[in-house]
Amino acid sequence: MATDNRPLSPHLGIYRWQITMTMSILHRATGVALAVGSLMLVWWLVAAGIGPDAYDTVHSFLSAWYGQVLLIGWTFSLFYHLCNGVRHLAWDAGWGFQIRTFYITGYAVWAVALLLTAGTLCVAYSGGAT
Amino acid sequence: MSFRTPLGQVTGLGSAKSGTAHWWGQRVSALGLIPLSLWFAGSVLQLSRADYITVIVWLHTPWVAVLLSLFLVTLLYHAYLGVQVVIEDYVHTEWSKLASLLVIKFACILLGAAGVFTALRVAFGA
Repeated sequence: MATDNRPLSPHLGIYRWQITMTMSILHRATGVALAVGSLMLVWWLVAAGIGPDAYDTVHSFLSAWYGQVLLIGWTFSLFYHLCNGVRHLAWDAGWGFQIRTFYITGYAVWAVALLLTAGTLCVAYSGGAT
Repeated sequence: MSFRTPLGQVTGLGSAKSGTAHWWGQRVSALGLIPLSLWFAGSVLQLSRADYITVIVWLHTPWVAVLLSLFLVTLLYHAYLGVQVVIEDYVHTEWSKLASLLVIKFACILLGAAGVFTALRVAFGA
């Protein structure tokens, strides 16, 4: 049976770029990033349980520039995945399938996620919450 | 008319033999993570400049131990369900797919056990 000449369904490269595509893959990417972040969370918690020295190691890792970059990345990932996750739950409930609604909720997710990230960073770096 | 066998109709598990359990588990854990992750994000933001003692005092609070344990278990369960789908989508060799699924599953269980144990140990004052 010849299988090599079968027609293929249209793949990614054939479609015009739309923001909804980026939002979809970003949901998955931030989800994987947050799953990796759970390692950091448990490391932080276990170190706190072990004692001050172990906690200091984690603290200096997170205070270094690469730790700060990771924390900022996880902050945005959390808020993006959270907001877009609510959008997904709305779809699962059968709401929001009009093309116009797709775009409105999509831009709303960007706006809320970026605002929450910016607000969190403002509080964290201004020392407002001690 | 349906071509399903009577047994297939009763069990309702479909061709994947797991029914809608994965789908529901992902949604219900997502729903639980909305308040839990917001609580956790707010808490670590307040602790961002705290010293070691402040963190331990925070972990000592009973409701913190409860919420933190719930957050860890729900988060790792949700993370496993999500990463599982990613692996199933992109890893096509049967043995490496199975191996990575098992590694992720054991890693999530290990992280959950270590995290919950620590949360309870500190809360009970060891």
